[in-house]
Amino acid sequence: MKSCLIVDDSKVIRMVARKIMQELSFETIEAADGQQAIDECVKRMPEAVLLDWNMPVKNGIEFLRELRGMPGGDAPVVIFCTTENDIAHIHEAIEAGANEYIMKPFDSEIIQAKFVQVGLL
Amino acid sequence: MTPDEFNYISTLLKNTSGLVLSNDKAYLLESRLMPLARSNDLTSVEDLVRKMRATNDPKLATSVMEAMTTNESFFFRDQKPFDLFRTELLPQLMLDRAVQKSFRIWSAAASSGQEPYTLSIILKEEAAKLAGWRYEIIGTDISHDILAKARAGMYSQFEVQRGMPIQLLVKYFDKIDDQWQVKKEIRDHVIYKYFNLLESMLSLGKFDIIFCRNVLIYFDPPTKTKVLSEIARVLQPDGRLILGGAETVLGISDRFAPVQGKRGVYQLTS
Repeated sequence: MKSCLIVDDSKVIRMVARKIMQELSFETIEAADGQQAIDECVKRMPEAVLLDWNMPVKNGIEFLRELRGMPGGDAPVVIFCTTENDIAHIHEAIEAGANEYIMKPFDSEIIQAKFVQVGLL
Repeated sequence: MTPDEFNYISTLLKNTSGLVLSNDKAYLLESRLMPLARSNDLTSVEDLVRKMRATNDPKLATSVMEAMTTNESFFFRDQKPFDLFRTELLPQLMLDRAVQKSFRIWSAAASSGQEPYTLSIILKEEAAKLAGWRYEIIGTDISHDILAKARAGMYSQFEVQRGMPIQLLVKYFDKIDDQWQVKKEIRDHVIYKYFNLLESMLSLGKFDIIFCRNVLIYFDPPTKTKVLSEIARVLQPDGRLILGGAETVLGISDRFAPVQGKRGVYQLTS
């Protein structure tokens, strides 16, 4: 079973994302900020990361840059999932190594479409 | 709605657009025609039918047809046909048309423009190979309203996220407030025309590739046969027809045969 690390400081968003990912047959792991997410990746590198931008302690873009510098950190498919929906933010995410980008609000159809696009479904 | 009223609408749809509405689709009439009834100051779909019968207003009949035939679409829908287009059909077409250096593609049920713009974006991505080539994408639909939306090339955040890879979104769309508009360089390769697939297609000219996906499924077998015969007249002898995943020509038309190893792709029989 493929694993997806869900990184978001909102418990509600994590719950919604968890339900969607489990329906898509992913095992889910959760982190409430970028640092917790790094700790999870050190323990075990997931196949996919669904990543919020604005979070306390360590934000999404800082996490992504650190992840891509870690041994094996180039492997996970990282999909941003954020309210930041301007072109500048999207460019910044792509340059930092994001594979895809979902602008909130999202639904299961959009998440599924993005996972098909990146070849994980 | 009485069976008589249902028959009135389904006969009208069959005659004007070829759309076959089976009895189990009666709920579609309610959900799609209620907004039209309201905009005509009527309180029910039944009242709308009564008004149509009383007035025989062709504008109202057209509005009903548009409301019933408008279908959802999204960018890179089903993905595989577009992969096939980019990796196999286009390279072959470029070999076959190496002298003329031009080709025409028809998106036969363009709806709100996602399919023609997807093709236009793919071709723009291949711009280096296509230097010196001329190409034209014709998008047709039976709804004037949906064609107006297609021409504007303006989509909601929700619409662009279903299928459009993010790198292509930021490359080929401008963000205007909460909407995303296809850039002019992509729009300029697409020409939209109102066209009813039940009519003679000769006025459209000849095409090298025709995308006619998820349209035939709405027609009854004789209409499918008629539409495919017309398509055969406007497809170049070595052209390719692409149908939707749930569609086939088998048992419907002997003018086309599947291309081996290329699912959904058909060529003319000799």
